[in-house]
Amino acid sequence: MSVVITEPRDHDDQHDHDHEHHDHKPRGIKRWLYTTNHKDIGTMYLIFALVMFFIGGAMAMVIRLELFQPGMQFVEPHFFNQMTTVHGLIMVFGAVMPAFTGLANWMIPMMIGAPDMALPRMNNWSFWILPFAFLILLLSLFMPGGGPSFGWTFYAPLSTTYSSDSTALFVFSVHIMGISSIMGAINVIVTIWNMRAPGMTWMKMPLFVWTWFITAFLLIMVMPVLAGVVTMVLTDKYFGTSFFDAAGGGDPVLFQHIFWFFGHPEVYIMILPAFGIVSAIIPTFARKRLFGYASMVYATASIAILSFLVWAHHMFTTGMPVFATLFFMYATMLIAVPTGVKVFNWVATMWRGAMTFEVPMMFALAFIVLFTIGGFSGLMLAITPADFQYHDTYFVVAHFHYVLVTGAVFSIVAAVYYWLPKWTGNMYDESLGQWHFWCSLISVNLLFFPMHFVGLAGMPRRIPDYALQFADFNAFISIGGFLFGLSQLIFVWVLIKCARGGVKATDQVWEGAEGLEWEVPSPAPYHTFETPPVIK
Amino acid sequence: MAKTRSIRWSLPTLLLAASANAAAMPLNMTKGVTEISREVYNLHMTIFWICCVIGAVVFGIMFVSILLHRKARGVQPAQFHESTKVEILWTAIPVVILIGMAIPATKTLIAMEDTSAADVTVQVTGSQWKWHYKYLGSDLEYFSVLATPREQINNRFPKGENYLLEVDRPLVIPTGQKVRFLMTSDDVIHSWWVPAFAIKKDANPGFINEAWTRVDHPGVYRGQCAELCGQDHAFMPIVVIAKTPEDYAAWKATEENRLAEEKAAEQELLAMNMEMSDLMANGERTYIAYCAACHQPNGAGLPGIFPALAGSNLILNDRRAHIDIILNGKAGTSMQAFGRQLSLKELASVVTYTRNAWGNDTGDAVQAADVYRVQQGEGE
Repeated sequence: MSVVITEPRDHDDQHDHDHEHHDHKPRGIKRWLYTTNHKDIGTMYLIFALVMFFIGGAMAMVIRLELFQPGMQFVEPHFFNQMTTVHGLIMVFGAVMPAFTGLANWMIPMMIGAPDMALPRMNNWSFWILPFAFLILLLSLFMPGGGPSFGWTFYAPLSTTYSSDSTALFVFSVHIMGISSIMGAINVIVTIWNMRAPGMTWMKMPLFVWTWFITAFLLIMVMPVLAGVVTMVLTDKYFGTSFFDAAGGGDPVLFQHIFWFFGHPEVYIMILPAFGIVSAIIPTFARKRLFGYASMVYATASIAILSFLVWAHHMFTTGMPVFATLFFMYATMLIAVPTGVKVFNWVATMWRGAMTFEVPMMFALAFIVLFTIGGFSGLMLAITPADFQYHDTYFVVAHFHYVLVTGAVFSIVAAVYYWLPKWTGNMYDESLGQWHFWCSLISVNLLFFPMHFVGLAGMPRRIPDYALQFADFNAFISIGGFLFGLSQLIFVWVLIKCARGGVKATDQVWEGAEGLEWEVPSPAPYHTFETPPVIK
Repeated sequence: MAKTRSIRWSLPTLLLAASANAAAMPLNMTKGVTEISREVYNLHMTIFWICCVIGAVVFGIMFVSILLHRKARGVQPAQFHESTKVEILWTAIPVVILIGMAIPATKTLIAMEDTSAADVTVQVTGSQWKWHYKYLGSDLEYFSVLATPREQINNRFPKGENYLLEVDRPLVIPTGQKVRFLMTSDDVIHSWWVPAFAIKKDANPGFINEAWTRVDHPGVYRGQCAELCGQDHAFMPIVVIAKTPEDYAAWKATEENRLAEEKAAEQELLAMNMEMSDLMANGERTYIAYCAACHQPNGAGLPGIFPALAGSNLILNDRRAHIDIILNGKAGTSMQAFGRQLSLKELASVVTYTRNAWGNDTGDAVQAADVYRVQQGEGE
């Protein structure tokens, strides 16, 4: 990072005066309802994501409880399907995406030297519609006939002709989530495009800003596609259209094409900002500049472009023409190349650095190894003939939990530990944080690694009951799941403890940290960079 | 909804029971019993080992770095941060590896898609939650339904060896011959998966997909539906028995004879009247096997998705419509057409049962001939 502040805080008195003036904010609930401050909105996004992570996690616990032993013990199959469906929806749209948006809100203005997001009122609205979207989704579970039970991928016609009436609420709820995401994405793009401090050229932007910039374009491209496909589900179910019904001239496989045209870029929406986070943390704790900054930017852009050309690798068993299948197989294999470049760059950054291993670094290192394992299984899944055996088994469940939990979620946790001292002004409890890390690392692998074996041995996903040969492994996996769930309580403890007090953090917080966010005081004042810094 | 079942077991006993029952689980993909499945297995192992080697190199360097390049050892960080040469190298090497991998994968895929010149063709139709097999060029067709008793699933009886992987009538195919499968579905998307053949193909409603296999050895091969297809997705297994061509031919002749006899018996049945008690007993069995998953054993249905039969207006007031909906299903809902799936005797019994169980006291004894008349489009 070659940013240099040429205008150090030489007007400290002036600044302090300004802060006093501007720090007038409504107290109590009104502050949070009316706020247009990027830091407040970022905090709300992050807390919302954490709450959703625990609600979605509770559903995962129900799933693992039922799967602990063969036979039906605790829930009905219909309810089990609701749990798998809503678990997926909540984790994707309620936990991972809002957490990244929260980090974007907090950090992007501070990283590019802007006073706030470009469109602060829209920012407020894009957060405040989210809780209602998820309230609708969660309350639909209590409707007669239950909530959505067709998997988070809601394949037609299971989600149209054969679904319960909560589908209308599901569609409405997804529409609201989509609107929220699109508004958030527009805000990120406008902010980065227009509000960079003088001298903050494109190729000086921190990678977190770059990856979010590209992610925001992906969001704007694909969220309308998701809105389109849920609307088609709605009209097929209630208004007599036949987009996905062969009897009326439609095609159920068309649904999957549209869904995955959204769904595959969505996967990268949930991982590109993670690349940005890891690219911030590794250099800080290796005390060495990021290796191959430019190639990181190009790799991110290549991944984003390729992500529009690989969607049908989720659909190899649907019976596509062989040439289409081959095209999607090659394109999918190709995407491993820029992803590999990223991993190599991180390792090269560490090489001959002077590393220390605080909690953010530990999570970032775990990210590199475990995300790469998820990448390897992704490469295996790209080999179409082998995919016929892997598809819709626990091998796939293992794959996407490695990229989403030990990938996206670990990066979010790393980011929280990394920037928490900047947000609260206090250092978190390092030894509690290490406990959180080691408990999470061990339990998450007990949870997801055996799923590879169970899948290869032939256990399909999304089943509430299974053949006896899978019994021992499932009991084991469930225990891993419960431990991973419990481990996250340590995280909440660390967060509360840090918010309440602790050792005061310095402005720079970490010895090796570089970038504008480390130039402002800790905790970051309510308003930062009202006068833009100048970067050489 | 989330009706929790009462828990009648203690944890340690179940753990013991489970490990006593469980056959050892293989840790890897099956090699299967066809040439194609072995090729698939080899592709899987090749890409697996490639990943292992790359992983060992990358993680190895990373762990060496973690051991050596730590501040605690008093090292000073180096200053290098880019190298176009290295970047090109580690872009090019993966490309070469991937091309090496794509070539055999392409060959196998093209072979898998070649369904021409088949010796036997079976149409496979999925429906919630059973498979239907029809031998093209023969009258032979039948449904294949989960054979595991509900009592095992509900933990009232100990679980059998092939728990959830057993059916009443398996698919039978000849060994050494090319068998082509035509997949389709009557309702939602299902996916027909037999790991030993490396076949997993979606059954899409309104469309036909193709797959083929040539099995080396006689044997029993088990699989499951792989695509989420509603609440009983876990309960629609696939069992395929591969027999030598001679045994297969003998089996097929026997089955064709049996089918003809059944049809003749059905014609006789039209002239007979069954006793109410027989109809009810028979009807209850059929109801539990085919109807109870949705409409529930007590006829109460699941509010919002599956209508209640107890006190149903249609059942109590319109006998013809009642028979008709069972025979032909209801378009746009998950109510299937059972006219094709059940015998006249079963249909008559289940109609009688649902007209007289759970307080539906119509007193009607519906006979096979009554059902037959509705089936033929005649008035009652």
